[in-house]
Order: sequence, then C-alpha cells, then structure tokens
Amino acid sequence: MSHAHIDVRYVANLARLDLTESEVGVFQSQLEAILSHVESLSAIELIDEISIDAPRLGPMRNDQPHESLLPGAVLRNAPDQAQSQIRVPKVVAEA
Amino acid sequence: MSLVTLRRQYRNGETTPSEVMARLADTIVTRDTKTGAYLSHDLDVALKAAALADLSKPLGGLPIGIKDNINTLGQPCTCGSKFLVKNYISHYDATVIVKLKNLGAIPFGRMNMDEFAMGSATENSALQTTSNPRDHARIPGGSSGGSAAAVADGTAFAALGSDTGGSIRQPASHCGVVGLKPTYGRVSRYGLVAFASSLDQIGPLTSTVDDAALILQAIAGYDPQDSTSLDVPVPDYGVEIDLGVKGIRIGVPKEYFCEGIHSGVQKNVESGIRQLEALGAVILPISLPHTEHAVATYYVIASAEASSNLSRFDGIRYGNRADNPADIIDLYHQSRELGFGSEVKRRIILGTYVLSSGYYDAYYTRAQKVRALITKDFKRAFEAVDVIISPVAPTPARKINSCADDTLQDYLADIFTIPANLAGIPAMSVPCGTTAFDGSDSLPVGIQILAPHLGEGIMLRVAKAIEGLSLP
Repeated sequence: MSHAHIDVRYVANLARLDLTESEVGVFQSQLEAILSHVESLSAIELIDEISIDAPRLGPMRNDQPHESLLPGAVLRNAPDQAQSQIRVPKVVAEA
Repeated sequence: MSLVTLRRQYRNGETTPSEVMARLADTIVTRDTKTGAYLSHDLDVALKAAALADLSKPLGGLPIGIKDNINTLGQPCTCGSKFLVKNYISHYDATVIVKLKNLGAIPFGRMNMDEFAMGSATENSALQTTSNPRDHARIPGGSSGGSAAAVADGTAFAALGSDTGGSIRQPASHCGVVGLKPTYGRVSRYGLVAFASSLDQIGPLTSTVDDAALILQAIAGYDPQDSTSLDVPVPDYGVEIDLGVKGIRIGVPKEYFCEGIHSGVQKNVESGIRQLEALGAVILPISLPHTEHAVATYYVIASAEASSNLSRFDGIRYGNRADNPADIIDLYHQSRELGFGSEVKRRIILGTYVLSSGYYDAYYTRAQKVRALITKDFKRAFEAVDVIISPVAPTPARKINSCADDTLQDYLADIFTIPANLAGIPAMSVPCGTTAFDGSDSLPVGIQILAPHLGEGIMLRVAKAIEGLSLP
C-alpha cells in the first residue's frame, strides 16, 4: 500500500465492464481518493485473528431432497431460450 | 397509523383489509407522485389476499411494503437497476416473505432503493428519484429510501428494508421513522439479492417501536436455506419492551460525538441521553477506539463482496442482455455496461482491485483484521454497558444532488452506522426530535441504539423508552 494508484481501465476489464472515456477520468480520481483514505489502515497495529468470536456460521444443511426451482419458471426470465434451455452466443473461439 | 392500531381496528370490526388496501392504493396515487417511494405495486394480487385475510393471525391483513431487492413470487425485483427491469420476475418468495405471508401479512409494493443497495441517498436508483416527505427538496437517505419515505409519508404502514452499512437506520433517521437492523444471522437472507454477504441483513422500517418488534418477531429465526442463519431460539420481544430503562447501563462513545457532527443533532441526542438518565438509566462514557477506521474497512470489504456477488449479472440467465454482441465476452461487457449505473461500476472496480493478485493481502486481509479490532472494541464495551447510544448520522438530510461529485465525503457520512454491520451486532434508529439545518427549520434527527450480539430485546426496550421522551 505504498501509494494510491489504480489502472481503472485494466481493472474494469477484469470485471467485464466497459467504461467511457469520461467514466475512466471520473473514476480514476474518485477511486484514488478512496484508496488514499483506505491507506490509513496500514498504520494500525493488528491482531492475529481475522474474526473474534465468529458466530456459528457455515453449517451444512441436512442432505435431504427438497423442492427445487422449476425449470419453466427459471426459463421465463432468460433473455433468450430454445428447446427448454437458455440460448447464448457461440462460446467456442475461431481456430 | 401503526400496524398495531390497524390490527386493533380489524379486530374491532372498524375496517377490513379490503377497505384498507383500496384506501392505500388511493393514497399512493395522491401522495406518492411527489415522493416517488413506490417503484410498482400489484393491487389486484393484494386485494385478493385482503379478501382472504385471516384476522386471527398475528399479522392478518396488514400490508407491508417490500424493498425492491427482496424476492416476492410473481413480482418484479429490480434492485433499482436497469439490469433487472426487463427479464426478471421473481419465481420464488424470500424466506422473510414466506414468514410474513404465513402470519397473514400482505406484501404490497416494491420500494425504491439505491441500485443494488449501494448508496445513502436513493439518488443512485436508476429508475426514479425519491424525495424526503419532510422536505421534498431533500434526500430520504438510503439505500432503503423508498421504504423509509413511504412510512413517513403515510403511504405504507410499514416496510422491509436491508442494511449493509446503515441502509435501514440512516433513511429511518432522515425521514423520522423507526428502523431496525437485526444481529447478523438473526433474519434469513435467502431471497435477498446479495450486495455484501457478510454484512447484509433484512429489517423493518415502521412508525413505532412496537411495530418494529412485531415485524422482527415475524421474520426472525433459523433458516436452513441460509448457512449464515443462526440456529438459536427467538425470544418474545414483547416481554421486556415496556419495562423501561431504570438500571440499564448506557454507554456513550466519545468517538461518536466528534468534529463534523451538526450541533442540532448533537443537542437532540444529548437531550435524549439526559432524559434517559432522569428515568433511571446509568450513563457511562466509553471508548470505541477503532471507529475512525470503520469507513475504510467497510469500503474494502463491502466492495470486494459486491464485486464477487454482482458477477452473476452477466446477461445469460436473467436481466439485461446486449442485442448484438460479437461473442460471449462481448456479451458480458455490453450487458453490464448497459445495465449498471456509475456507483455500481465504481464499487465493482474497487472490489475487483482489492481482491486482485498483489493487492489482496494489503487491502482485503488487512481490512478483515481491522474488522476484528472493531468487533473487539464492541465486545469490550459491552462488558461494562448494556447498550450504546449515538447519533445515526452526523447531519440531517441533505439536499438532493448536493453531494454528486464528492463520493468519499458521502461515504464518510456513514461513520456511525457502519461499525454495527462490521461487528454483526443489532442496531436501530429511533426518531429524536427535529432540528434546523441548511435552510430548513425542522428536519428529523435519529438516535441510534446498539446492543450486543442477539440483544434485540434490550435494544427495543431502550427504544420504547426513547419513543416516550419529550424531544426538541
């Protein structure tokens, strides 16, 4: 955390986001201001634990069959469908 | 009118759910044009439910507004986003909706919100602006701004919201209503569209403390569908709510009465504390020394979790899909570009950055360790006091669009509400009089009560006592 710099366009691409030129400029200064503020955390003396008294989280539920979402209901929300399946553009790249 | 009063009227035969639903729809037409709290409502469905209402049930025939990020069968669930306006109708009920329906309530209306619950003003809704019914030039707070505004405006008797960093309490404070964030795990998150999964909780916004207890009683409890749900019994919150504050130890953290807090907010909250002392509460100064780091910690953790949670919005299974993508990667890019607003993009980028290789430990791991320190602060404090009291927000509601370019400043205004989410403890906002602010003579102030893990009972007890005070 030496200095607050972020390559907004590069990170946006990692997150599958397209940005306009104007968005890149605005986000650059806003995110660097936020990261500069976040850098105040580097001055804190830390303790080893990540969570104190972590509540009883993450139990697995019983492995019993129960009602699932109905395919027809799920497909009604799909932007495109065919033959009871969600249709997407070709996912195999050209050789 | 409160839910408790409406229930009494039903039971006395003074009115019926069908009459109330019809009147409510008329009220929305006449009042909500100006406030903009409702994104949509389905009167036909509600009238059918009203006709069949079982008034012997605890919530029989009571209409409750639902923040538009909680799935309700057959209803839209836009999350205030263009991404979900098309191609999404809920095909299941969230657990809280199942519980409300089982007890006779009628979920009615989809309440406006900041897009994907990211914001503190409801200005980030991509669908419409919501104003504060106390002064329509001002924000209602957020992200549950529609829920708070509707209750304040009398267009909803009560509503559900969600709170990730103050999104129930801050709008409740700004609109002059009651807002309660339960202990993390007290209420199931199944069916709530996730923003930051380790922080999100569903809770009520109501006109009275008794109503908040009534709804919490209905929605609390273990749910095997949510692995973070706590498998512990739910107490009867009505048992101790009227017992008063005599002998209760109330901590007042010096870090919450700091530079930047508006003098009127400070004066009202201090007046409330003095009156509680006069009623027999024991007031003790305390310290929560890591409070100043809460906002930075929150924005690392919440953005990291948001960037992961929102990766599901890819244009494949539901929601917005670009029309003519070159390939599947282009489909993701275009669909997300067209669907997400600026605040959502900003937080996804921040979250992606702090989770990326080379930065993960410096930002995310460190933030988790600071979160542990903040949690430890509360643990120590609650060894000496029963509850903690503070302001909800440093100032009353600001004017709409008055903070548009200063994102960091807007984030910093959440300083008093964020720590409860980081620590997973319950907290609520109760109206604490009004004050003059920024050209307005009379804007609501909220007082915050924070309680230990699963301490909703004592929190409601103190809240009920505050409700009875005479405040400026």
